[in-house]
Amino acid sequence: MTLSAALKSAYAKPVVHLLCLAPLCLLLVAAFNDALGANPVEKLTHETGEWTLRLLLVTLSLSPLRQWTGEAAWIRFRRILGLYCYFYCCCHFSIWFIADHSLDPGSMIEDIVKRPYITLGFSAFLLLLPLALTSNQAMIRRLGKKWKSLHQLVYLVLLLGVLHFIWQVKTDYLEPTIYAIIAMILLIHRVGPIKRLKLKSSTVAR
Amino acid sequence: MIKLKKRWEISESEVTPESLYRQRREFIKAASTIGGAMLLNAWPAANASYRVGDYRKGVISLDDEITGEEDVTAYNNFYEFGTGKEDPRENSKRFMTDDWTVVVSGACEKPGTYGLEDLIKPSELEERIYRLRCVEAWSMVIPWVGVPLGSILRELQPTSAARYVAFKTLHDPVRMPGQQRAVLHWPYREGLTIAEAMHPLTLLSVGMYGKTMPNQNGAPVRLVVPWKYGFKSIKSIVGIEFTEVQPLTSWNMSIPREYGFYSNVNPEVDHPRWSQKRERRIGEIFKRDTLMFNGYEEEVAGLYDDLDLSVNF
Repeated sequence: MTLSAALKSAYAKPVVHLLCLAPLCLLLVAAFNDALGANPVEKLTHETGEWTLRLLLVTLSLSPLRQWTGEAAWIRFRRILGLYCYFYCCCHFSIWFIADHSLDPGSMIEDIVKRPYITLGFSAFLLLLPLALTSNQAMIRRLGKKWKSLHQLVYLVLLLGVLHFIWQVKTDYLEPTIYAIIAMILLIHRVGPIKRLKLKSSTVAR
Repeated sequence: MIKLKKRWEISESEVTPESLYRQRREFIKAASTIGGAMLLNAWPAANASYRVGDYRKGVISLDDEITGEEDVTAYNNFYEFGTGKEDPRENSKRFMTDDWTVVVSGACEKPGTYGLEDLIKPSELEERIYRLRCVEAWSMVIPWVGVPLGSILRELQPTSAARYVAFKTLHDPVRMPGQQRAVLHWPYREGLTIAEAMHPLTLLSVGMYGKTMPNQNGAPVRLVVPWKYGFKSIKSIVGIEFTEVQPLTSWNMSIPREYGFYSNVNPEVDHPRWSQKRERRIGEIFKRDTLMFNGYEEEVAGLYDDLDLSVNF
């Protein structure tokens, strides 16, 4: 099967759904088997947080993939992946709110205000909400050109997410650095088209 | 001086889960009947030359439930064997601690290189159940086996110039693969004031749960200072030096803004990036309040009467 056929196959989307749900299923199985280690809350918080970031990076890899492979069908998966990213972000936030703050909004808000890395993480979570809410045909139609500018927010979310990760590390920066490098590559990739776009519009203006 | 007995005169059976002390008794029974050679076979995991045999039980106890041994040996911050919590257990499996020696130097009458058995006499071992509060806001309750550091230091006869005690961990990137990456300034260094080092709660520990110290927990000999954040309780000690000036300490060298020399557990003084008000006890889901000096305020607060703890964090 060619890449194009695989991407366009009727099975492609169900497979993506399964792949996206797999980490959560594995975590739940581990949780019920008491296999999350000595600090299961920390494990769940970290895992759901990392999967949020991973899915965000995968979502943002689709348009570079389209360019590199010349295959437009990659974009079919952008909405699913983006929504799963938001889903893991909700899990991440909920675990933290429930276990770390015992569902006490006052305690949560104090943390958000006082701790910069939490301020960043919480902002990213909030910014993802409008993106998730407008990820459907009806909203795309309704918002028209505004939809695209609204969804540019995802780059800010990426930046906040990576900083949120780096800022809580005690001394070993290896892992967040890997995420940061991938994020940089994806962002740099987008600077090219933006520049070209600007050049084009300035020529038009002239 | 400090009356330790009063608060902790609880029998050990009241605080130790039954399964645990049964295991322990069985071990002691086995140890006394089978003999040394068989014991070695029965305990392949520990390869330390120093072995914990009999010890005085329940010298200091707690009302808190003891954390499961499986958790305490699987969730460790011991960067010499990797920065992940589960790395130390995996990467320290082949760590040999045979013929371990500790170099004693500095302002004392009896400097020299000591074998572990000479420094910590097996006949003086006692069990103490302490809370351990990590700077990362989690905590455990661990039954340590060891000897009060003060009694060892007194034997070494510190001079009047000895105002601090500096400790050093083994530096051997081959045996401690985590040292191949410069995540901290190796060797790991820690230090206490002489008064802290002499305090009756301060323990030099060679075992836990009635057994020889597992590699991942700091074999063969580590410090336990229960009122300070866990990183002060330096592991796998090879050097003790009496100094006149405050010694350098690894975390303080790396990030002085976040980790001070004292690093006493203090819910009022936050880590610059996170709160120290509450902690997650390993085995629990919700957080509990962190106690001043980790619950040892009555015993140790006097050490810091003249100190502004928010400045000297």
